Amino acid sequence: MTLWKLIILSLCLYESGHTAESMVAPDTIAARARGCSTCHGTQGQGTADLNFPRIAGKPAGYLTHQLLNFRDGRRSYPPMNYLLAYLHDDYLEELAEYFAAQPIEAVQPVQTGRAIDPAVKVGTEGAVLARHGDPTRGIPACTQCHGSRLNGLEPAIPGLIGLSSRYIAAQLVSWRVGTRHANAPDCMAVIAARLTDTQIRQVSGWLAAQAPEPMAAAPAGSWKTPIACGSEP
Amino acid sequence: MENTDRLRQRTLRGLPTFGRPLAAALRFACIGLGVIVMSVGARSADSNPPMQPLHAVDSPMTRGEYLARAGDCVACHSNPGGIPFAGGFAIPTPFGTLYSPNITPDRATGIGSWSAAQFYEMLHTGRSPGGTLLYPAMPFPAYTKVTRDDSNALFSYLQSLRPVSQVNRQNELRFPYDNRSLLYGWRALYFTEGTFVPQPGRSREFNRGAYLVQGLGHCASCHSTINALGGSAADSAFAGGLIPLQDWYAPSLTDDVESGLGSWSVDDIAALLKGGVSMRGAVYGPMAEVTHDSLQYLSIDDAKAMSVYLKSLLQLKPIASKQSDVTAPSAAVIERGQTVYASRCAECHRTDGRGMPSAYPPLAGNASIQMDVSVNPLRMVLNGGYPPQTAENARPYGMPPFAQVLSDEEIAAVVTYIRVSWGNHGSVVTPREANAMRLAPLLD
Repeated sequence: MTLWKLIILSLCLYESGHTAESMVAPDTIAARARGCSTCHGTQGQGTADLNFPRIAGKPAGYLTHQLLNFRDGRRSYPPMNYLLAYLHDDYLEELAEYFAAQPIEAVQPVQTGRAIDPAVKVGTEGAVLARHGDPTRGIPACTQCHGSRLNGLEPAIPGLIGLSSRYIAAQLVSWRVGTRHANAPDCMAVIAARLTDTQIRQVSGWLAAQAPEPMAAAPAGSWKTPIACGSEP
Repeated sequence: MENTDRLRQRTLRGLPTFGRPLAAALRFACIGLGVIVMSVGARSADSNPPMQPLHAVDSPMTRGEYLARAGDCVACHSNPGGIPFAGGFAIPTPFGTLYSPNITPDRATGIGSWSAAQFYEMLHTGRSPGGTLLYPAMPFPAYTKVTRDDSNALFSYLQSLRPVSQVNRQNELRFPYDNRSLLYGWRALYFTEGTFVPQPGRSREFNRGAYLVQGLGHCASCHSTINALGGSAADSAFAGGLIPLQDWYAPSLTDDVESGLGSWSVDDIAALLKGGVSMRGAVYGPMAEVTHDSLQYLSIDDAKAMSVYLKSLLQLKPIASKQSDVTAPSAAVIERGQTVYASRCAECHRTDGRGMPSAYPPLAGNASIQMDVSVNPLRMVLNGGYPPQTAENARPYGMPPFAQVLSDEEIAAVVTYIRVSWGNHGSVVTPREANAMRLAPLLD
């Protein structure tokens, strides 16, 4: 009997699901943001693909800057440049705020270990770079701007946890080769130019290996950054 | 009055490369030169209501600015991130790269020393002052229809801009295309000087639409079949064609199987042109830019007039259906396509393919995905897209790209599935065709 009940229940559910298809799209920003879902996840929590970052819970100012940078060509990634070409500042801000407001608890990737490229060896050099920088090369520590817990700083400095080593390394290289720019003075371009290839591998591997600490970016003004950044208010 | 705020919204995607500019060569009967026909085409400033563009614009657009929008001058004559109308925009063509000239009123580097008569002569004949022949990237084969009156208004507007000193960049055309005298041959084949002649017995609205579509709108630049010489034969005007170097297909405006506009209402077509979305479909690819940079600024009356004329083209030039020898897809392909559709598409486009318009366009009965040339639906699935943000569609819904999550086989199967389901009568798409579109350029 139980089996039959299950079958009938399933059929009912199927039928109700089938006929419940609406003719009207939900009038929500979430429905409008579905254009982002196949790469970044429906709530921006990331997907199984190591190349795409989670965007949930990143500071809205940071996300807005990136959307504008993509739209205006300061950051080059043709699929993004293409999608945003005809969207305006106000709407991009709304999309950024939507993803910024998504619970960072939804960020799963690091917990499942997927964010660490298996080829990356996590050594102590990365930890030293992230926590202390490399004074001989004029490289500040990641933590000086992104926070001692790497959770970022409102309104525009992103957290560095919950990202894959592949993604982080790709961003540093993009800054070096000029396919990613931020508002001048572009502090990350300066830092990326000073990093060696080895250092990029080390620091991106270490960052990706850090256990996630589900938390939002620190409130604006929580600490003072050591280097002038145009994206910072 | 330049409106940098709005123009700043233009981004990487300048003009759809050569397609729109080069293609044109409209052939319509022309009458004697110098006759200004235009009680119909040229509306007075009074009858053009002030536009209400999206972004904060303090003063109503002047008539000249309105016409510049209708002609989409800014699309080619501005560089992304550069000063509007100062030129320098690279237009890649099969013959090399052209750079658009500075059309701000700077006397030394722009058109500040031109007269209104010289400006009209340039639009009308494709010759700049001094006699230099223009490359047909400048759509003078269409602009030749622009009235003297409208030309004057356009010229006044351009002359009112802030002069920008920016020297024109040399074109980089390959031999032998760098020889402008070749243009004499091109012009003999593909260019007929003309003046717009209203069709007697047709409504004022029809003729207004015809004037805009044939003239400033230069729709035929893309929606015509373009040959290896970058020209289009008289009988191919509005016949549709692949846009060179872009891998987008501009559908025929005369074949109802392709355009499907026959069953659209005038209001739906106008909504599509001006707002970018409608109950029947949305603009995408190069047409998204046309709506964003040009058509959204037109009055609803003008958008409707264009729609009335576009619908009439279907009656004027009936062409037999191009659908032929359609091979039925295998059951395995359909099953696979249906599986992909159920997991990836049905949530928005519904199991029955009716979509949730205007947010999520219908696929059932959508001519745009059934055309013989399958590049458009393939690219929509691969690249996704957001329609342009317009006053009518201020918060667009978007479709995600699937290139990174679906295999060539899955892409081909799902595109085949939507092309043959719900009464659609498209043909099978192969994984090889899907793969080829992965290389299509996303940026101009």
